[in-house]
Amino acid sequence: MAQKKFNALPGFGLTLGFTLFYLSALVLIPFAGLLIRACELSWGDFWNLATTPRALAAYKLTFGASFIAAIANALFGTLLAWVLVRYEFPGRRFIDAIVDFPFALPTAVAGLTLSSLFAANGWLGRYLVPLGIKGAFTPLGVVIALTFVGMPFVVRTLQPVLQDLEREVEEAAATLGASRLRTFVSIIAPMLFPPVLTGFALAFARAIGEYGSIVFISGNRPFKTEIAPYLIVMRLEEYDYKGAIALAVVLLVFSFLLLGIINLLEQWSSRFQH
Amino acid sequence: MTGLPKQRRADAFQQSQRGTEEPPIIKWILISIALLFCAVFLFLPLVNVLAQAFSKGVAYYWESLANPDSWASIRLTLLVAIISVPLNVGFGLAAAWAIAKFEFRGKSLLITLIDLPFSVSPVVAGLMFVVLFGLQGFFGQWLDAHDIKIIFAVPGIVLATMFVTFPFVARELIPLMQATGTDQEQAALTLGANGLQTFWYVTLPSIKWGLIYGIILCNARAMGEFGAVSVVSGHITGLTETMPLRVEKLYNEYNAPAAFAVASLLALLALLTLGVKTWLEWRQTRNFAKAQLIQEPVLDSNGAGSSRPA
Repeated sequence: MAQKKFNALPGFGLTLGFTLFYLSALVLIPFAGLLIRACELSWGDFWNLATTPRALAAYKLTFGASFIAAIANALFGTLLAWVLVRYEFPGRRFIDAIVDFPFALPTAVAGLTLSSLFAANGWLGRYLVPLGIKGAFTPLGVVIALTFVGMPFVVRTLQPVLQDLEREVEEAAATLGASRLRTFVSIIAPMLFPPVLTGFALAFARAIGEYGSIVFISGNRPFKTEIAPYLIVMRLEEYDYKGAIALAVVLLVFSFLLLGIINLLEQWSSRFQH
Repeated sequence: MTGLPKQRRADAFQQSQRGTEEPPIIKWILISIALLFCAVFLFLPLVNVLAQAFSKGVAYYWESLANPDSWASIRLTLLVAIISVPLNVGFGLAAAWAIAKFEFRGKSLLITLIDLPFSVSPVVAGLMFVVLFGLQGFFGQWLDAHDIKIIFAVPGIVLATMFVTFPFVARELIPLMQATGTDQEQAALTLGANGLQTFWYVTLPSIKWGLIYGIILCNARAMGEFGAVSVVSGHITGLTETMPLRVEKLYNEYNAPAAFAVASLLALLALLTLGVKTWLEWRQTRNFAKAQLIQEPVLDSNGAGSSRPA
C-alpha cells in the first residue's frame, strides 16, 4: 500500500477501465449468456439432456482417451525432459526447439496428417494395420491425436525443475552407497513428482476440450468414436440448443475442477522447491 | 604422448561422475526412445504434410492454392488475424500496465479471469457466441430485425477468434512488466516526460521482445483456430471458410492433396512461429549470459570482491 502512495504513473483508470470493458464484452458476457441459458433448464431437463446414452458414451471416450493420453504424455514427457536436460547428443537443441511444434501447429492440420499417417495406406499404418493396430477411425486414433496435442505440457513443466535440481544431493546419495536406481527412486523421483503431476493435469485439461485434431482421425461414429465436443456440434446442427448447452455445462464444470486442481498442484510443487 | 594423460584425465572424470550418471547403455537406450518418440510424433507428421501436399505434383499444388475458394479462405484467415491480433495486443498492453504497475483489490481475480478462455473448450467458446447472437439467442431477434449478421458471418468468426486468443499477449506481458517494476517510468516522469512518452520510450523498449513473443503465439492461434470458428462460421464456401475449415471441407470432399496443400501453408506458419520463438529464447539466454559477464567486474569495483586476497 505504501507503494501506491508514491506511484505517480498515469493511466491507471484508463487502462483498467479498458481492460474491464474488453474482458466483459468478450469473455464475461458470453459466459454469463451461456450460464443464464443453462439455468433456464430445469434440473430434470438438464439431467435428461446431459445423460442420454449417446452423451454417456461420448463422455466415456472423451475422459478415457484424455486420461490415457495424459498418462502417455507423463511417461514420454518425463523421459524427453530428462534426456534433453541431462544428456548431450547430436540434435539435442533441435529437438528442444521442436517440442513446442504441437502447440504451434493448427489442430486441424495435426488431425489431418495423423489420420493420413495411421490410415491403412499411410506411412505408419501400412506396417501397423497388418499387426492389428488401427490408428485411424478408432478410439486409439483419439488417444494418438490427444497425445500429440498434449505432448509439450509435461516436458515444459518438468524442464526448469530438472535444470534446477541440485546434483549434490545425488552425489551425496552415491557417496553413501546408493545405487543409481536407488538414487533415482528415492531421491529424484519424489522431487519430479509434483511437476509431472501438474503437466499431466494440464495435458488432461487440454485433451478434454480438444476438437480440431479429433474430428479428422476418429471418424466421429456415435457410441463408438464420438467425443463430447463433437456431440455438442452435432446438437447445434440439429438446432437442439438445450442439448448443446447441457453438454457444454458438463465440460465446463470438469474444466474448472481441473483448473482448481492444477492451481493447487502448482502451489504444492512451488513449495517443494523452496 | 600428450594424448595419454588427457585420456586418463577424461577417464578419471568419468569415474568420479559414476555415482550421479546412468551407465552409458541405459543413457543411450533412453535417448533412442526419446528420438523414436519425436520421430513418430513430431517429424513424421510434419514431413507427411509436405509429402502429401506435393503427392500430385507441384502444378497440382499451386492449382489447389489458386482455386478461388481456397484463395478466399486464405484472404479470410488473414483478415481475421489482422483484426483480432491488434485488438488483443491493445488489450494485453492495457491489462499488463494496469496489473503490473499498480496495486488494487481483486487483482488476482482479474488475472484468473484473463486466463479463463484457455480452460474453455473451443467448441464451448463458439457455443457461447451462438447463444448470444444466434437466431434463438439473446440478441438474435433484434439483430435479425436490423439485418445484422454475426453468426454464420465474418463478425462471428472474428469474435470467436478473439475469444480463444484473448490471453496470449496479456499473459506474456504481465510477469515481464511486473519484473521491471516502476522505477524507470517514475524517473522518466520526474524528468518531465508525459505518460505516452514514458510508455513509448521507457516501457515499450523493455518489453519489446516479450511483446513480439506474445504476438506471434497469438497470431499462430488466430490463424489456426478450428473448433470455435467451426461452430460460428456456417461453413459457407468462399464466404465464411477460414483456412482450417477449408482443409476440413476439402478432406471431406475426398480431395486429400488439395486439403494438404492448404494445410502445408498452416504448417509453414507453425514452423515460422517456432523459428521466431526459438530465436527470441536464444537471444534472451545470450543476453542474460552477457549481462552476468558485465555485472561481475562492476560488483568488484564497488568493493564487493575486495575481501578476496589480492
